[in-house]
Amino acid sequence: MNQYPLWKNLLILAVILFGLILALPNLFSQDPAIEIKAETGEVSAATRAEIAAAMENAGVPVKAIEAREAGRALIRFEKPSDQLRGQATLERTLGDRYQHALTQSPDLPGWVEALGLQPMFLGLDLRGGIHVLIDVDMDAAVTQALERFTGDIRTLLRNDRIRYLTVGHENGRIAVRFREEPVRDEAAKLIRREFQDLEVTTGSEGGDYYVYAILPPAKQAEIKGFALQQNITTLRNRVNALGVAEPIIQRQGERRIIVQLPGAQDPARLKDLLGATATLEYRLVDTEHNVQDALDGRVPVGAALYYERNGQPILLKRRVIVTGDQITSAAAGFDQQSGSPMVSVSLDGQGARQMRRVTTENVGKPMAVVFIESRTVTRIVDGEPVKERVRSEEVISVANILEPFGRRFQTTGLDSSEEAHTLALLLRAGALAAPIEIVEERTIGPSLGQDNIDQGFRSVLIGLSLVVIFMALYYRVFGLVADVVLVVNLVLIIAVLSLLQATLTMPGIAGIVLTVGMAVDANVLIFERIREEIRNGSTPQASIHAGYDKALSTIVDANVTTLIAAIVLFSFGTGPVKGFAVTLFIGILTSMFTAILGSRALINLIYGGRRVKRLAI
Amino acid sequence: MAHAQILKESNIDFLGKRRIAAIVSGALMVICLLSILLRGFNFGLDFTGGTVIELGYEQPVEVAAITTTLAEAGIVDATVQYFGSNRDILIRIAPQEGEEASAELSDRVFRLLSANAETAIELRRVEFVGPQVGEELREQGGLAVLFALIGILVYVALRFEWRLAVGAVAALMHDVLFTIGLFSIFYIPFDLTVLAAVLAVIGYSLNDTIVIFDRIRENFRKMRKGTVIEISNRSVNQTLSRTIITSGTTLLVLLALYFLGGAAIAGFSLALIIGVLVGTYSTIYIATAAAVWLGLSRADLMPVEKEGKVVDDRP
Repeated sequence: MNQYPLWKNLLILAVILFGLILALPNLFSQDPAIEIKAETGEVSAATRAEIAAAMENAGVPVKAIEAREAGRALIRFEKPSDQLRGQATLERTLGDRYQHALTQSPDLPGWVEALGLQPMFLGLDLRGGIHVLIDVDMDAAVTQALERFTGDIRTLLRNDRIRYLTVGHENGRIAVRFREEPVRDEAAKLIRREFQDLEVTTGSEGGDYYVYAILPPAKQAEIKGFALQQNITTLRNRVNALGVAEPIIQRQGERRIIVQLPGAQDPARLKDLLGATATLEYRLVDTEHNVQDALDGRVPVGAALYYERNGQPILLKRRVIVTGDQITSAAAGFDQQSGSPMVSVSLDGQGARQMRRVTTENVGKPMAVVFIESRTVTRIVDGEPVKERVRSEEVISVANILEPFGRRFQTTGLDSSEEAHTLALLLRAGALAAPIEIVEERTIGPSLGQDNIDQGFRSVLIGLSLVVIFMALYYRVFGLVADVVLVVNLVLIIAVLSLLQATLTMPGIAGIVLTVGMAVDANVLIFERIREEIRNGSTPQASIHAGYDKALSTIVDANVTTLIAAIVLFSFGTGPVKGFAVTLFIGILTSMFTAILGSRALINLIYGGRRVKRLAI
Repeated sequence: MAHAQILKESNIDFLGKRRIAAIVSGALMVICLLSILLRGFNFGLDFTGGTVIELGYEQPVEVAAITTTLAEAGIVDATVQYFGSNRDILIRIAPQEGEEASAELSDRVFRLLSANAETAIELRRVEFVGPQVGEELREQGGLAVLFALIGILVYVALRFEWRLAVGAVAALMHDVLFTIGLFSIFYIPFDLTVLAAVLAVIGYSLNDTIVIFDRIRENFRKMRKGTVIEISNRSVNQTLSRTIITSGTTLLVLLALYFLGGAAIAGFSLALIIGVLVGTYSTIYIATAAAVWLGLSRADLMPVEKEGKVVDDRP
């Protein structure tokens, strides 16, 4: 009696062994490291030798330089301070040819790495880093699309010489006003044919005839989805330029984007860069009209009033020659003649043609560069958050067109080389398809992360020891069995977390601690049952059997209900709550396995299949 | 048989005192509800929105000096306090009417204080939650509690019987109300981790309830004689030592977490400590008593037999 068949024992043993192997990588310490990636191609052995020599020259101790997958290289250091000095050295020796990012890498022996095993993925609260939640202004994306369509309709009607009175959009509806009905009908037909995405209707109001066009909901959803996707791409490009290893950029829900940068330490720079919308526009200066008239409120048709950085007003033509969207690459540098900071840009085919045509027609005339920045801010008005968009447009440079130019040229007038660098980066990374706003930020410094790991680890250890001691004293042999099972449970939780690469956070550690407390419950239930059976006069073997048998349904019921709570937590939770739910969920499953099967197997090995007079319980 | 035992076979008339318990619980519930309605919660940053900045100085600093520096820069609504030692500073800035709520505020504060400090300051932690996010988190939190309760109600009703399900959910609501009530009465900061703890309390307290219900069901089927009260009492007594030991071990771990786990999860552990204590009580006096009061009978818990079953279905 009370013996498991061999296969069952072997199965349990296999699960435990498997768990031990999976949990193994967590025993090794993390090295501060720098990951190096070549702009093109891979980091060659020669480059690695070059790096090693440079580090030695600079007196930075290096633990190892390794070749990694995808042509990358990894430099390991003993201390974080060496890592920072190493990064400075790298900047001097490698320059722009390579991207490098600070990271941490577990120092795993070759065979562990060969198995593809990894330690648990630590959350930002444990390893330090920056987390931001970004809200994408979807309404603005739709409004921008409407604006585009309004402009296109205007051009279409003008090109087809259809006389209209006004074109504009309001409350999500484009309205074109006509004096005569037949003209209106002709226009409606044309618009319907040319813009099949729009839902076109007609009407009349106050003696005038109208064509109305709206974006159908399906089309709006498409525009929104595209805006979100485009923003994610742009943000990824921007973040990659920052040089942080393992950045996480992912969509959350309908309109949010999460950006997580483990180990990053400069939240101000990151936020500036993520939210930045800086872009350029090139326009001709309106030299035919008087600026003073415009200042007095009589802005001429086809022109718009702008200000230069020094506050000087200037009139520019409304027609834009080229926008930032048409810039394909940009690099910061210094102007050869004046020595002032500049950005040299390259245009795409269409932009280059437009630029060449306009500059050819206007040699000798002045052209202006407009620097545009917009951001969304939230203010609290009457207790409710209200979104506002702030847009600033400044003319940064005005220069005469000396000769026609096309694809490549440079723009000066920037305040500092830092501004030039940031602008070049933003132009390269592409514009945001819709304005964004940071709605949540959580930054944890590296030392606080380490403190959290230490505190979490210590409380798990002490809580666990207290329970282990109590169980051994109270239930003796059975208590020791419960203790062994508890430790195995902990190993299994770590193994599953490592396998799934689920993020372990501080509340996650709390979840583990809680499951440790609750995991003994299953064994307590069983042992109390066994004691009861003994009191009722059953034999030791029968008591063990009945104890495990009768407690089973209780244990399953109790755990399933807790599982329900964990699942609800997971589906509703964000951030810290989710981390807790994950470990609670995993902990319940592993503890059911260890407390029911594991402890039974051990008890069977100790007492099973032989004559037992008394149980040490 | 000599083994360590916390309780010899007990035979306490728990359910006999169910009226006193109901009065005490009822009074406590009213106090908790009143406090929640009138006094409200000391909601943390997660729910109100705002900015929290934790800084580490190399030398001890004066809170007053920091407050003045901030006030001179027009940041008047900041609360500054020590966090651990007199070199660690915690600054909280609540969202203000008419002011811009933006993630850039923390950068401004850090730059400002760095410029005014003689030695470098370490930026240990920044948390910013925008007002709309705070609102969403509050809403989601309430929904999470609601859905957890509904899910559990359904499961217990399917597995046991509706009276027991109602009893279990009544006990859970009692525990949730009591735990958050204490947070309201003592005005302890209530943040996302505390909400997680409240949900964990639901899971834990239920655990306890299920164990006793399971025993009640078993005893109804096994014991021919005895009233509903007698059998319920018997069941509570039989599971009593398990109840105490499990609560005890869980509390041991939670106390370790509370005292050693650091400030980040102190609120979480406190909520769970309260929850475990009240959960144990409510299992006995609320869950079981409510089921008895709703007219739980032997027939409700008998296994469904095919035909011609003869059972006594009087309460």
